[in-house]
Amino acid sequence: MFQIRVHGRGGQGVVTAAEMLSVASFEEGRHAQAFPSFGSERTGAPVVAFCRISDKEIRLREPIMEPDAIIIQDPTLLHQIDVFAGLKLDGYVLLNSRHSIEELGLGELVKGRQAERFCTLPATELGLKHVGRPIPNVPLLAGFAALSGIIRLESVIKAINEKFSGKVAAGNVAAATEAYNLVKEMMTGGAHA
Amino acid sequence: MGFQPVKFYQTGTFTVGNRLLAPMDRSVQAGQTRSNSINSGHRACQGCGEALGARYAIDAAMAESNNQLIAVNATGCLEVFSTPYPESSWQVPWIHSLFGNAPAVATGVAAAMKVKGKTDVRVVAQGGDGSTTDIGFGCLSGMFERNDDVLYICYDNEAYMNTGVQRSSATPPAARTATTMPVGPEPGNVFGQGKNLPEIAMAHGIPYVATATVADLRDLEYKVRKAMKMHGARYIHLFVPCPLGWGTASSDTILMARLAKESGMFPVFEAEHGEVTGVLKIRRQVPVEEYMKPQKRFAHLFGTHARPDMVARIQAIADRNIRKYGLLEDEGN
Amino acid sequence: MLKQTEGSKAVAEAISLCRPEVICAYPISPQTHIVEALGEMVKAGRLTPCEFINVESEFAAMSVAIGASAAGARAYTATASQGLLFMAEAVYNASGLGLPIVMTVANRAIGAPINIWNDHSDSLSQRDSGWMQLFAETNQEAVDLHIQAFRLAEELSMPIMVCMDGFILTHAFERVDIPSQQQVDAYLPPFEPRQVLDPAEPVSIGAMVGPEAFMEVRYLAHAKQMQAIERIPQLAAEFKQAFGRDSGGLIRTYCTEDAETIIIAMGSVLGTIKDTVDEMRLEGHKIGVLGIISYRPFPLAQVRAALINSKRFLVLEKSLAVGMGGIVATDVRMAVTGTGLKGFTAIAGLGGRPITKASLHKLFREAEGEALPPVTFLDLDWEAVNKQLERERQTRRSGPVAENILHDKGIVSAKFG
Repeated sequence: MFQIRVHGRGGQGVVTAAEMLSVASFEEGRHAQAFPSFGSERTGAPVVAFCRISDKEIRLREPIMEPDAIIIQDPTLLHQIDVFAGLKLDGYVLLNSRHSIEELGLGELVKGRQAERFCTLPATELGLKHVGRPIPNVPLLAGFAALSGIIRLESVIKAINEKFSGKVAAGNVAAATEAYNLVKEMMTGGAHA
Repeated sequence: MGFQPVKFYQTGTFTVGNRLLAPMDRSVQAGQTRSNSINSGHRACQGCGEALGARYAIDAAMAESNNQLIAVNATGCLEVFSTPYPESSWQVPWIHSLFGNAPAVATGVAAAMKVKGKTDVRVVAQGGDGSTTDIGFGCLSGMFERNDDVLYICYDNEAYMNTGVQRSSATPPAARTATTMPVGPEPGNVFGQGKNLPEIAMAHGIPYVATATVADLRDLEYKVRKAMKMHGARYIHLFVPCPLGWGTASSDTILMARLAKESGMFPVFEAEHGEVTGVLKIRRQVPVEEYMKPQKRFAHLFGTHARPDMVARIQAIADRNIRKYGLLEDEGN
Repeated sequence: MLKQTEGSKAVAEAISLCRPEVICAYPISPQTHIVEALGEMVKAGRLTPCEFINVESEFAAMSVAIGASAAGARAYTATASQGLLFMAEAVYNASGLGLPIVMTVANRAIGAPINIWNDHSDSLSQRDSGWMQLFAETNQEAVDLHIQAFRLAEELSMPIMVCMDGFILTHAFERVDIPSQQQVDAYLPPFEPRQVLDPAEPVSIGAMVGPEAFMEVRYLAHAKQMQAIERIPQLAAEFKQAFGRDSGGLIRTYCTEDAETIIIAMGSVLGTIKDTVDEMRLEGHKIGVLGIISYRPFPLAQVRAALINSKRFLVLEKSLAVGMGGIVATDVRMAVTGTGLKGFTAIAGLGGRPITKASLHKLFREAEGEALPPVTFLDLDWEAVNKQLERERQTRRSGPVAENILHDKGIVSAKFG
């Protein structure tokens, strides 16, 4: 079972991200369970959502305390809460930022871990560019697909088309595709933007 | 008014006149085809204004709906005296659920009729002033706001009579009830700002609001029939004296209702979509004293420890009603 | 059709397939997504004929459902928590009148302190209301139970609450098989009321009943639930035949055949319990699980039979009878009267406190060793509790309890549970 925790702020589509991730996994024939952190948070408040992916039925209902991957939609959360709590040693981290992991002062976190599993992505900019809204969730999902290989880009695109339609869907697909390629480039280039 | 005004009336009563009218102008209650919706044998007190009012109102609604009527009843005197199982006075399909939910239950019945395409079946909800102005007020307002296809009739006897005469928000100032005893410097019920439910109903902008008394039953029948010709939320506030709760002679129920109207204590009017469209003028104005004196609930305002100051305040209320609704015939008319 | 969807949306689709004629909606978390989805279906004309009524309170919601049901319409509503309490008088009235309304309860704690998260306090507070209560373990089961509930309710002319854990199920996206309209139509016949408001045949419903008949009327409500004990397994079997799935029934056992210790619970926590038990089984523990689906009627004989060959049981429940202990545990103890089985109660997950495998591992081992007090409060922060008790000993004006505890515990938003 692969467990993902998504951190962000109310209004950034955090819960939607986890849900779409579960839909993408379902499209690949797997079992998936997405759920929010059950808060009554308002716009701008820290929000957490979870997603489990497995090849068999998922019965577990506890929150994800030891994630295999963490997606952070808002880098300002780094100073507010312990977003990396419980991250497995071989875990993945994808962060929405124009700055690199090192520039964000997260060098310590990476120590003793697999550095190639840490990546940043200017997801807000991608959202603005393709959808016209500063919503980073879809680019991050595609970036996560590239970074982890847990899901395929085509599945993310299927999930996008299930959630959105028309221009919004097309914009999101474009954002996802660019995000996916960006992360792939960084990985093959070995440099994290 | 849409009915033939009665041209002759016996001194002291407005309730007769059918014999002098053409058959088609006669009241529902005078007709051979009246439905007797609330059949005889019920257990209302002698002189019960509510039993009389409900009989006229529901029979009129039955006549207007071609006997396709479902009645919903709040808990209260009407419910209790009409239906101790296995006896039931109701000749119409009738449901009692709770004290505070009759308007919502009626909404549900109306929704069921709509969804089943039985558009000919109409719905009446009814309750006393306690259930209408107090405990069921939220449900009533909700039903008004949604403009559900329900005629709601409030039988107002100005207190919780079923439980033993306790104050409701429809109890008049200074009146004695079991919870507003005539003791202390301000005996009886407080002088509040009042809760004028017909006006609150009008504020919802619903198609039809009317007040009526059991002193003018033809006016009541006319208003019920008019209401039943319309769709959406409709409200009739019917003034029904209670001999037990008011301490009046059971033979004086009609008289009390008439004096309430003639003194200006109970304005009789009708309104459509929030606008007053007609009032029943006062025929022979009387001071509120004349209305209050026969009622034991006001006895502490008269006699040895008389409180003319409090009577004057009540007169001021009546005077305000008269001005507000234009209850006096205009000069020269 | 298999779908990856939100629990609430799946339930809304199931309700729609049951062809409700009147739906009353009033917002309260966490059931809102269900009625929102239904409202959209009605508005779009996909669910027709159906009247969707936005009411002004839960009390009105149940009252409208009462009127609709008494007038012969299939009526549905959903609520939770404070909403269920606010409609409580009408909840009793619906069952007292014998009206087969189906209501989803998205189980949520009751305040004060106000809390929107999951536990079972709400529906269990209506334990004696005369409503049947069926608890779903998964969203699939929530879907299936609603279909079975309409059938059972209308057969017996008694109302049913389908209980699903708020947020944990209602807001979870997972795989759900949504049946076809054809399948549901074949399983669920149109509503034929036993009593109906009909001008062609007037009846009086809801009149006063005195001491001479009230006991009999109440007993018959009980008798209906005893009939349900028979019908629930039959309807589940028929459901399996028609839909190909095990869903519903009175109870569900898991690894109980040779179990010495049996864990008893209701709702979604059964999944976490089963995962824990699987891990313990690998280590050789003789432990099993008994899930209770039908809380009312309570299947005394079936629970007894499921436990009889074990040595001990632990009831893990998301509810608390303040001043006493467990609520479900009391019923289970009643079921095992005279067996000499050792029983323990664990109060867990109140107000959404996560129930983790780690805590369950420890708890279940303690239960096996019979090293538990009769009532355990799982993951209770004793330090915070004792600090407050001490504060109250020291100061008369010790202030609001909830605020004090939160002060002591620090900022909650920094935690993910």
